[in-house]
Amino acid sequence: MTAPANRKRRKLLAAAASTVAAAPGLRLMEWAAAQSDAQPVTAATRWGLLIDTDKCAVDCDACVRACNDEHGLTGTGRPETDAQWIRKVTLTDEHSGRVTSLPVLCQHCEQPPCVDVCPTGASFRREDGVVLVDKHTCIGCRYCVIACPYQARSFVHENLTAQKPYSPRGKGTVEGCTLCVHRIDEERAPACVEVCNSGGGDDCGNGALLFGDLNDPQSAIARRLKSAPSRQLRADLDLNTGVRYENL
Amino acid sequence: MSGGGFFAIPRIISAAIFAPVLAAVVSVNALADGPPKLPRGKGATCVEPLDVMRRNHMDFLNHERDLTVRGGIRGRKHSLVGCIACHAQRDGHGDFIRIDAPGQFCHACHEFTGVKMDCFECHAAVPDTSASHAAAPPFVPPRRGGYGGETRP
Ligand code: HEC
Ligand code: HEC
Ligand code: HEC
Repeated sequence: MTAPANRKRRKLLAAAASTVAAAPGLRLMEWAAAQSDAQPVTAATRWGLLIDTDKCAVDCDACVRACNDEHGLTGTGRPETDAQWIRKVTLTDEHSGRVTSLPVLCQHCEQPPCVDVCPTGASFRREDGVVLVDKHTCIGCRYCVIACPYQARSFVHENLTAQKPYSPRGKGTVEGCTLCVHRIDEERAPACVEVCNSGGGDDCGNGALLFGDLNDPQSAIARRLKSAPSRQLRADLDLNTGVRYENL
Repeated sequence: MSGGGFFAIPRIISAAIFAPVLAAVVSVNALADGPPKLPRGKGATCVEPLDVMRRNHMDFLNHERDLTVRGGIRGRKHSLVGCIACHAQRDGHGDFIRIDAPGQFCHACHEFTGVKMDCFECHAAVPDTSASHAAAPPFVPPRRGGYGGETRP
């Protein structure tokens, strides 16, 4: 499928406007969006992530660091309670000794258990498949944390300061991977995907993460899923996850 | 965490701050200090006419919140990030002061009227100056007729 019309318009407007003066915190893209009659996201798109575990290096945690940076997830030195949106998991086959490394994060299920159990409707699935917490209505009960088969949700136990403007976080609410909605709404890839696909320095450059629209048969991710075998974590639960794994 | 419907009665009070006659009734202390003096925002106008803004900003914010969180619609004129970008002040060293700090824009009126809000427990209270975001082309409010004739949702 093609990008929704409002996205295209945002792009055009962004390209057209060029003479600007400064006010920090807002970008031209946002100004462009403010000008257009922006429409809400629709189910025409379903965002997904394909992770090739063969390309994911055991000693690399660039995606985790990029996520922490992007969302301001700073540790308190108490790992049991620190928020973690991506965890690197290492599996060793007990017979062959083969080691596999993979990032585990919110799997953005089509049938998310975290949404089923939420008493306030704060845990919800956006039309385009991204599973989120609306922190404005989250009461911090943590049913979703328990319900998630992937342990992908964290609870914020302590007061926070210096949050990122585009990623508000606060004590007493649950949170997890947002697939970087603030970026994908502006046609930028999630932070983890960006770092995994860029080379050099601290960047990972292994290219293990492929992000895109599962509903668009022409997208790289849809074509890859069609041509090569992949797995869902806990496929037995029949949740139809948006995150898939290759070579696992 | 909060809903617009709860504020129907206090809004009468909000109207009262700006009507000096009524303000005298509200409190003797308040009368002595007068309504708070606010630092002026960036640009020529706010995102809505001044009187509308003074009374209804919380409704705009609540509405915008749902559009963004649920609908992925971002960066429009009623965005909270936008309020901060235009209304945050700098200190003597040129560093931004938290917009909810005592006497600052989102605090002064609220202190005066006894409003307490939790928005800045989560939301950044200073504009975004991080490299990746500040490097992008900056924002400028359009001159003519507010924000491009967008119909209010
Ligand atoms: C001109 C004075 C004034 C300024 C400046 C002001 N406010 Fe308000 N605000 C009020 C008043 C008065 C109320 C209470 C209205 C009512 O109760 O109906 C209020 C209420 C609110 C509420 C609802 C409170 C709640 O309990 O949920 C929010 C949210 C809010 N303001 C946000 C802001 C933000 C953000 C800023 C800074 C960008 C700001 N306000 C600046 C006067 C002001
Ligand atoms: C518990 C944390 C939390 C609290 C408290 C909170 N928010 Fe939010 N808010 C969020 C998150 C998370 C988002 C989603 C950001 C995104 O997707 O970019 C958000 C987004 C928003 C947005 C859309 C983005 C923008 O900048 O315009 C608005 C408006 C908003 N919140 C208003 C409020 C107001 C007003 C209050 C106080 C009455 C408040 N929020 C309190 C977490 C919080
Ligand atoms: C483009 C910059 C800009 C943005 C964005 C902006 N403002 Fe303003 N705001 C202004 C200016 C300039 C004024 C003073 C206007 C005047 O005096 O005519 C103002 C005035 C106000 C006032 C009245 C203050 C007084 O003196 O009584 C309130 C309340 C207010 N803004 C709240 C907000 C809120 C809440 C937001 C976010 C939804 C916001 N503003 C976004 C520029 C901005």
